[in-house]
Amino acid sequence: MLEAYIKERRKSRDILLMTHIVMGYPSFEDSFDIVTQMVEAGVDLMELQIPFSDPMADGPVILTANQNALERGSTVQRCFEFAQAVSTRFYIPFLFMSYANILYKYGFDRFSDKMDQVNLKGAIVPDLPPEEGDDYIRAMKRNTLDPIYIFSPETSDERLAYVSSFASGFVYCMARKGVTGRETAFSEDLATYLSRCRHATALPLAVGFGVKEKADVDYLKGKADIAVIGSQTIRIVEENGVAAAGDFIHSLL
Amino acid sequence: MKNRGYYGNYGGAFLPEILVATFDELEQAFENIKTDPGFWNDYEALMSSYSCRPTPLTFAGNLTREFGGAKIYIKREDLNHTGAHKINNVMGQGLLVQQMGKKRVIAETGAGQHGVATATMAAKFGFDCTIYMGEVDVARQRPNVFWMEQLGATVVPVKTGTRILKDAINEAFRDWVSHMDTTHYVLGTACGPHPFPEMVAYFQSIIGTEARQQILAREGCLPKRVYACVGGGSNAMGLFSGFLDDPVELVGVEAGGKGITSGQHASRLSSKEASPGIAQGYKTYFLQDDDGQMRETHSISAGLDYVGVSPILSHMQDQGTARFESATDMEVVAALKLTLRKEGIIPALESAHAFARAFKEAPSLSPEDAIIINQSGRGDKDIFTVADAVNDPKWKEFIIGKAAEYNA
Repeated sequence: MLEAYIKERRKSRDILLMTHIVMGYPSFEDSFDIVTQMVEAGVDLMELQIPFSDPMADGPVILTANQNALERGSTVQRCFEFAQAVSTRFYIPFLFMSYANILYKYGFDRFSDKMDQVNLKGAIVPDLPPEEGDDYIRAMKRNTLDPIYIFSPETSDERLAYVSSFASGFVYCMARKGVTGRETAFSEDLATYLSRCRHATALPLAVGFGVKEKADVDYLKGKADIAVIGSQTIRIVEENGVAAAGDFIHSLL
Repeated sequence: MKNRGYYGNYGGAFLPEILVATFDELEQAFENIKTDPGFWNDYEALMSSYSCRPTPLTFAGNLTREFGGAKIYIKREDLNHTGAHKINNVMGQGLLVQQMGKKRVIAETGAGQHGVATATMAAKFGFDCTIYMGEVDVARQRPNVFWMEQLGATVVPVKTGTRILKDAINEAFRDWVSHMDTTHYVLGTACGPHPFPEMVAYFQSIIGTEARQQILAREGCLPKRVYACVGGGSNAMGLFSGFLDDPVELVGVEAGGKGITSGQHASRLSSKEASPGIAQGYKTYFLQDDDGQMRETHSISAGLDYVGVSPILSHMQDQGTARFESATDMEVVAALKLTLRKEGIIPALESAHAFARAFKEAPSLSPEDAIIINQSGRGDKDIFTVADAVNDPKWKEFIIGKAAEYNA
């Protein structure tokens, strides 16, 4: 479903934008406002992160947002309600992003059924590699939801092929090592790596980690299908307030 | 990721993609040393010349008389260089780092013993070293922070999350995913993604192997029970692994904190409050809420103040091959004071949990029986915490005087 949507949309756009929010940060009302502005500014897909107490793959910006959201009472239940509210209101695909324990504790099947019920399209779970993902993958497939898998610059060609065999929807390519929210060099090395990714799968490629301004998005045109803006939106909202989210997206296009 | 390292339902390798290649390399390096017959000899030679191995097994005659039951023996891991069993694992991983050709090591630490051991190993082997330590633990374990820095390590106080051991582990992983080409993460306990639980237990098994030989030489028979405190579980796995095939009861003692009913504890296996979950790269019993968010833990001892536990021990709990109990902060301080007075031995607050439980059970055993308590570390590091717990006026006077000198 996601794959067809992305390919169709790409016919008229050089690159698509996917953005990320942590649900309940700074508050659920603000989260809703940020989503509204982003969708109206032309974002094509959105990642909704269910906050987790120990988000190992996230850097300081998203980590702090996770903690803050939890302190202010963000629960899995409220995140599902929020997801339902935005997916009912806006006609772009929404995905969940979270960590394995949130799904495991909820029950993979029950989680998938609930995702389907609130009209989510897929999930990104960075600490659930294919080797550990039997129950997760089965649960996602039974509702035709897409488990989004991740490529990294450290991933060998052999493993790119292996990971691809589990992927559907699109593949998320980490632009570099490290955690979210740090500088990325948009260089020749990145281009070489993305061409390795391109060879490994026919699915659309999304590129994230360190994408924060128009030049970065432009660089990815012709090399990937989706630019992913994560920490930078949170930074913009922290510095300039919720009302700045829409203008920020406009500045990228 | 060929071998995912499961112990029943627990363990695994819940790795972000960026670390998969690093873990493949680590697993291979560990396989190589396990199958290399010379490696263990080299390791033992290093530990006997640089640390104090084999560590003694001390008969605690006065404590035995005090309780009037089983003969109490103490395995003296406190006599290791750096004052705790942590060095066993660290020197083993240090040899592994040399073989892998990496030049930098990072580690988490709770009580600071693992941090000091890692900084010591880094100084000896010439590695750069960064230690992540929760801000709360930095405050309660200043002497260890001081020594880590003197040894040349950079100590990074972790200000995120609950600001203790679990958060230090998260930060160490965040460092590692950025620098895995040059850096090895010396995980300090038998937790985390495969192969860490197996690898740490492998190096720590030197404790149990020695203890078994020593008790047989001394008593001519096996002990009835062996006791070890359980934070992540490395000293417990070390002692237990010597007796896995024997009719010996294995008793792990967790932090009861202010009591199980207070909610302020770190009892994952001995209370009903923990449940299976996935975090920090592995599956085990975690103290967590219904959503799967990790809870705050509490213990008087920084080293036991941890939300998860070795997947190997979780499996032993399910199988009934080990028994898990808890000891409260107050019981621990009482056990520590008694051991000091009766034997002239200062157990670390962590280790004192094992003493507290053993003291409860010893009177009901026969004088023919022997038990072994693992003294995983020495208590000198806890001088500030213990001085507060026993409310020593002369110590307070000294600190106030010292502060006045600095302020002058």
